[in-house]
Amino acid sequence: MSWLSDFFGDPANWSGPDGIPARLLEHLEFSALALALAMLVAIPLGLLIGHTGRGGVIVVISANLARALPTLGLLVLFVLLLGTASILPVIIPLVLLAIPPILVNTFEGIRSVDPELRDAAYGMGLTGGQVLGRVLVPVALPLILLGLRLSAIQVVATTTVAAYTGLGGLGRFVIDGFATKDYASVVGGSVLIVLFALAVQLVFTLLQRTTVSPGVSRRVKVRQVASGRETT
Amino acid sequence: MITFDAVTKRYADGTVAVDNLSLEAPTGEITVFVGPSGCGKTTSLRMINRMIDATEGRILLDGDPVRDIDPPKLRRGIGYVIQQAGLFPHKKIVDNVATVPLLLGWDRGKARSRAMELLERVGLDPAMGERYPFQLSGGQQQRVGVARALAADPPVLLMDEPFSAVDPIVRTSLQDELLRLQAELNKTIVFVTHDIDEAIKLGDRVAVLRVGGRLAQLADPKTLLSEPADDFVREFLGHDRGIRRLQFVGTDGLRLRTDLTVPAGFSGGSPEPWVLAVSDDGRPLGWLRGDGGGGEPEPYGTFRPGRDSMRSALDAALLSPSGCAVAVGADGKVVGVATREVLDAALAEAADG
Repeated sequence: MSWLSDFFGDPANWSGPDGIPARLLEHLEFSALALALAMLVAIPLGLLIGHTGRGGVIVVISANLARALPTLGLLVLFVLLLGTASILPVIIPLVLLAIPPILVNTFEGIRSVDPELRDAAYGMGLTGGQVLGRVLVPVALPLILLGLRLSAIQVVATTTVAAYTGLGGLGRFVIDGFATKDYASVVGGSVLIVLFALAVQLVFTLLQRTTVSPGVSRRVKVRQVASGRETT
Repeated sequence: MITFDAVTKRYADGTVAVDNLSLEAPTGEITVFVGPSGCGKTTSLRMINRMIDATEGRILLDGDPVRDIDPPKLRRGIGYVIQQAGLFPHKKIVDNVATVPLLLGWDRGKARSRAMELLERVGLDPAMGERYPFQLSGGQQQRVGVARALAADPPVLLMDEPFSAVDPIVRTSLQDELLRLQAELNKTIVFVTHDIDEAIKLGDRVAVLRVGGRLAQLADPKTLLSEPADDFVREFLGHDRGIRRLQFVGTDGLRLRTDLTVPAGFSGGSPEPWVLAVSDDGRPLGWLRGDGGGGEPEPYGTFRPGRDSMRSALDAALLSPSGCAVAVGADGKVVGVATREVLDAALAEAADG
């Protein structure tokens, strides 16, 4: 416990380029940027493949790669190739890591929408784009958000490891702390990382609650409508 | 009017789903496509709104080939009801019903008030408009499906086995509701079913299709039952088509006897084997033996002359120990009794006609 108060109580840890606010911002920046780039690629691709039913093999390859990809190895490789002058060597592996869960879940979400529903939508005169945007995406949204959340958690965790490369982020407290035997920094940094991950979970839970229709999530209070005509 | 002009649907693997189909679905009538699975009835229906395109031949909608109309535009002018209703789960009922009006550019307020009006029209409480589909029963969802198809007031309605996924009691009430609506709206309806009884109940014209997508017979239900074109149609109609034909024979010409009713306190003394006890306000109580034997009034069956068919009258007669059917008016009061002899004569006449 004294480590925690040593770490969080030290005013020096709350300012400067290696203070908690700066490291937190860096962590947020890397994670958010990587997630945003991954979304930019994976969501349109997942929607397209799910909607047209063509190119499903891309999804399968992506899912398999995700299992096989050694993120830390990639990270070291890109640092060796690109140096540490920019944040690219960190961002590229993070994006590659973030794409598969989003792609697979978006694709699955769209593809698993009841064919009857799709049929009804076309039959009423919606165009292909309207069917996708007004029916398939809202219905598939829980799965799409699940993909985003899985990605976000992986990215946040891996950004911690990325501190090995000398770039910033909350991982620095842990890694630098080990290097200098500053265990207050190690413990304090770990606590920050855990809190950060919990915050990400919370954000996605709130996002799910606010964007998914109650008709899809079935989170509606059952109100009794007073009526005698409800028998059929 | 919808016209099939030598329409064939052949798939890439050579399977023929619909084979050289020519028929007309007249304006303001219900045309039913019926047949066993694999007879191409659903394919035929879906070619009308171009969910499937015909390989050969033409389908005309009031003289215009549907092939020349852009599918979304074509479909917005044709109501479409499918088996599982296919309601959008993420939208409230009212927004589901308002889908096509909104696509057509109606303003939101007008589309919503139209949706509410239609919910009422199909027999649902407009308060349900604020619910989501999962909160409704299957039958209610199917009613919403019908309301949604009618929302933009299309002249044509396509219904693909819309009532086959609900239980028999709900199905009967949905069928009755459709007939009631059609009496008000006079839409051109094409209705697909595998249930011959449903076809006969709903159809102004029934097209029986055989496996391979060939038209076996196109006729009104009465003709279909009395003159099936061949063995396939005869077999498809089932064994009791003679009985079922009676539902097209009217009861307004029956000579009812009015001398068989007695007051509630009757204690015997009639020469008839059975007499009908009637309450003070004219409602039937049950059959009593004419000689005053027996005791409690026996069960009876009723029909409404003019409205109900001979099938109902016969059914009513079979429910009574006396073999007579009790004729009642709209108010439920007895107007007379159709005896066995009267029913016999009417049946003989029906068999000749």
